Amino acid sequence: MIGWGQVAASLALVAVAIVLSFLRGVRIENEIAWAVLRSFVQLLALGYVIKAIFDARNAAYVVPVLAVMTVFGAITARNRAPGVPHAFPVLLASLAVAVTATIGLALAVGAIHATSRALIPIGGMVIGQAMVASALALSRLEFEIGSASNEIEARLSLGATWRQAVDPILRRSLTAGMLNTIDSTKTAGIVAIPGTTVGMLLGGAAPLDAIRLQLILFYLLVGATAIVVVLASSAAARFFFTDAHQLRDPAARTGHVANIPL
Amino acid sequence: MNLFELESVTFRALRDVTAELPAGATCVWGPSGAGKSTLLRLLNRLADPERGRVLFRGRDARELDPLSLRRTAVLVQQLPAPVPGTVEANVTYGARLLGRDVDVARLLEHVALRAACRDRDAKQLSVGEQQRVMLARALALEPEALLLDEPTSSLDAAARDQIERTLEHFRNDLGMSLVLVTHDRAQAERLAEHFVELERGRVTAAA
Repeated sequence: MIGWGQVAASLALVAVAIVLSFLRGVRIENEIAWAVLRSFVQLLALGYVIKAIFDARNAAYVVPVLAVMTVFGAITARNRAPGVPHAFPVLLASLAVAVTATIGLALAVGAIHATSRALIPIGGMVIGQAMVASALALSRLEFEIGSASNEIEARLSLGATWRQAVDPILRRSLTAGMLNTIDSTKTAGIVAIPGTTVGMLLGGAAPLDAIRLQLILFYLLVGATAIVVVLASSAAARFFFTDAHQLRDPAARTGHVANIPL
Repeated sequence: MNLFELESVTFRALRDVTAELPAGATCVWGPSGAGKSTLLRLLNRLADPERGRVLFRGRDARELDPLSLRRTAVLVQQLPAPVPGTVEANVTYGARLLGRDVDVARLLEHVALRAACRDRDAKQLSVGEQQRVMLARALALEPEALLLDEPTSSLDAAARDQIERTLEHFRNDLGMSLVLVTHDRAQAERLAEHFVELERGRVTAAA
């Protein structure tokens, strides 16, 4: 059991970070303090929500929790790619499909159990990883389309459709979105011990049980990442073009709502 | 019937432009920033005007299939924009989209490039050579018209003369119409029989 005293003691390291920031003139003391405060409040709230759901012993409560996580995931990812038209609905739909498909498949083949205790943390990890991957993919897509607009228009001017014109650029964005997950899967156990394994070992689980769950999670994350990156990039790429296969002017791509800081 | 007509077109730098571009060779001439390149983009439907109409052979360009229009009146941009790959991959790009075979050697000859170039990486060529690859790529589509944006601006005098001879060959021997944007008055007079002069987005003279 971990008590609040131990949590409070670990704050000593935050104090070290703040002092270092002050001494070196980095001037991010306020940000560090704010991040620590937010993490405390957010995780405490999450803890109570999860406790209530576990106590209710009804897996149906998992759905609204994962839905809320998906919405916030889409907002966060959208903020990383502000120049991508219609990024929020694209990300929301892509994340929802990716999470539903991967968790659904894992349940169908019996890789995880249909309990709140399994679905909430695993769903949260899948959404988090898919959010990071889709944000990377869309920000790369925005950058690549901006820097290769001459090449794209050259293809269009030779009679290529918007999809033919953007396809080579799209592949770069898919790679960017996928690489992070592939790298962390490749290096697991060599460069770092993954979080789930650490958590289970600290919780007293047998090492091989921890590894088995970790492997399932990695494979889910690879699947979720691939689905979200392909769906979000392909759908978002369409909105860079008009129905007449014209590359939209950057100034005309302002269909997104104002950023919501998270 | 005119190749292109612009009716009270307003778009970016262009202000209420009305002009006729007959078949043959037309030069759009004017100083930098006059809206010449913008006009070519409208002819190729890479953009549509905010106000007014662009007509191609008497029909509103908005009613035409943009992909078909772009293959019929092919734009060659001012800055060479090769697709990644060899010269051959570039020359055949547009034609391959239609599933057509291309005689690459003949096209390279048309633009005065050595046949040995065909397997070279297009991005490794000089700007002048790249510009000629862009011309061969456009020609591979066997278009009715070429829309040329400052086709010799990045070339030395010898290369410029060679390209001008190639364009004259396209026009006189292949019956291709040319719409040529340039700020070089002498080149305009050498290559074109019709003129549209633009200044600050407005037509100041046409002949």
